Order: sequence, then C-alpha cells, then structure tokens
Amino acid sequence: MIVGNRKEFQEIVGMLGSNRRVLLLGCNECVTVCGVGGEKEVGVLASELRIHWKTAGVDFEVKEHTLERQCDYEYIDQVRSFVGDYDVILSMACGAGVQYVAEAYKTKLVMPAVNTSFLGVTLEQGVWSERCQGCGACILDMTGGVCPIARCAKSLMNGPCGGSSGGKCEVDREVDCGWQLIIDRLTELGQLDRYEDIIPVKDWRSSREAGPRKRIREDLRL
Amino acid sequence: MRLSYPSNVKVIKVPCTGRVDILLILHAFEKGVDGVYLAGCLEGECHFLRGNLRAKKRVQYVKGLLEEIGLGGDRVEMFNMSASQGQRFAQVAQEMTERVRALGPSPVRKKIGNG
Repeated sequence: MIVGNRKEFQEIVGMLGSNRRVLLLGCNECVTVCGVGGEKEVGVLASELRIHWKTAGVDFEVKEHTLERQCDYEYIDQVRSFVGDYDVILSMACGAGVQYVAEAYKTKLVMPAVNTSFLGVTLEQGVWSERCQGCGACILDMTGGVCPIARCAKSLMNGPCGGSSGGKCEVDREVDCGWQLIIDRLTELGQLDRYEDIIPVKDWRSSREAGPRKRIREDLRL
Repeated sequence: MRLSYPSNVKVIKVPCTGRVDILLILHAFEKGVDGVYLAGCLEGECHFLRGNLRAKKRVQYVKGLLEEIGLGGDRVEMFNMSASQGQRFAQVAQEMTERVRALGPSPVRKKIGNG
C-alpha cells in the first residue's frame, strides 16, 4: 500500500491561509489502512480545525467527506454537486489522489494534508515499513525476494557495502542491512550460489529517470 | 464513605476506557470543556485485558493534538483506579480540577460564550 504521514497541523493551517470554507476529503484505500487519511482521520483533522478556528473566533465551515478512492475519476466526480460551496479542497489522500482531484476541479484550490512517503507493508497494527520503490524492473527473483533498491540505503545492486555491521545498516542501527537480509534469505532457500552472480548495472529508464510513467492495456480500454 | 468531589466534574459512563475514542475527547473540547480525564481500571486489571492500556495511548495521542492546536496537552489526562478506590476517585477529581483551573477556561468556550 501507499503509506504517508499527516502534515503538522500548523503547516496545514498556514497552507489554508484565509480559506476557511474547507471540503476535507478522505480516501478509503491505502491511507485508511495506514491510519493517515481515512474517515477517522478526516474526523480528527476536522475537529482540530474547528477547535482552532473557534478559538480564533472566525467564521468557518468544514465539510467531512470520504471517497472510496481519489485515484479514480468516478469517485472524485461524486463531490461535484457541492464542491462549489467551498473555498478549498483539503485532500487526505496520497499525492496521486490530491493531483487527480485537482485535475477534476480545475478552478478549485486543492491542498494536501498528507506527506506521501513510501510503498510498504503493515509489520503490525500501527507499524508500516517500506518495501518497494516502483523502479519498474523487478529483480526480486534474483535477490531471494528482498529488494536491494528499497531496502539498501544505497540501492546497491551488489552488496553489502562496508557500512554493514552485525546485520545492520550504518545509516541507522535500527535498520536492517538489505544485503544481509538477501544473503540470509538466499541461505535459507539453499540458493547462496546465486549471490556469486554479478547483477548488471540497472537500466533506470523504467524508473523515474525517464520521466512520468504511464501504462496502457488496450484490451481493458472502453 | 460519603466522599465529596468538585461539582464541576461531569461523569460520563462507558463500559471500559477502551471505548473512549480520540474523537470523543476532541468533540468534548470542541464543545468547550476545560479538561477531560479518563478514570480507567488499574493497569493489568482490565476486564477486557487491554482497554485501559489502549486508552492510555490514545490520551497520549490527544495530548499531542491539543499541543499542536494550542489548547495544551495538560488539559487531558489518564488516571487509573479500582472500583473500590472511592478515595482515589475523589482525590483525582480534585487534582484534575485544580490543574485545569490553573490552566484557565478553554479558549474555545470563551469564544463561544462571547459570540
């Protein structure tokens, strides 16, 4: 899933400026699961804003609304009938959702309440961890199912580096060395001989280096 | 025991402090209360195993929210006591009342009242 962090309240208030008729738009997908932008978090931020503006003694209106998704036009279109009643849409979706809402309502201010962080997994309730960087050319078959791009601080294709010590990374002693994880996993799989294979220089054109990416599947198009 | 406690404390009964959601506390502050405290069972004595421990974490979270809004995290607190500790109940009510009184009225209520 896409994992994010709620922006600091003061940053959000600063961003809103004098716009106090706010449509606070949540998303029922990834940001709900990682506890940052679902219906519940919309309720919390709306409450914070109400307390803040009541204290300031100013007029305001905060409308809470959570869409099934903000990355599909059909759902975004569901707020069209009342979006005009508000100065600004404050989106609690990931960056993709915020942008797609902005594309749908071209004359409306759209602002992010969330810092989108990474593609990750739920380690336990309330704890999420990065696993993928969407490089566009997966090599997990060669590395025992552990990604050196996302889990090595240097994204080394052949590691570990000299900063690996006791299975931990030099950037943070709490962070596992990605390449140590790869070696451990290959050992468990009885495939340690694969570690001897030199992984060639990665072609980063499938990643962000070739600009924004698009995927088309003609058979699914209407 | 016929103990008395400050009359400004309004008791809201819940089956377990684990029922107390972040939004319940925030909505109370929206309505202008000066402070909120949770009176949970003693740690390790929860009938639902971890309700009071969950409540403790939620109170900590709300403290952070109140700090960032500017109301101050001291306006919310978690206390633990058993059902037989009437004296402790009265003592906590007194302690929290004094704390909140020192902090002054909620700025939210002041605005509602003025406006």
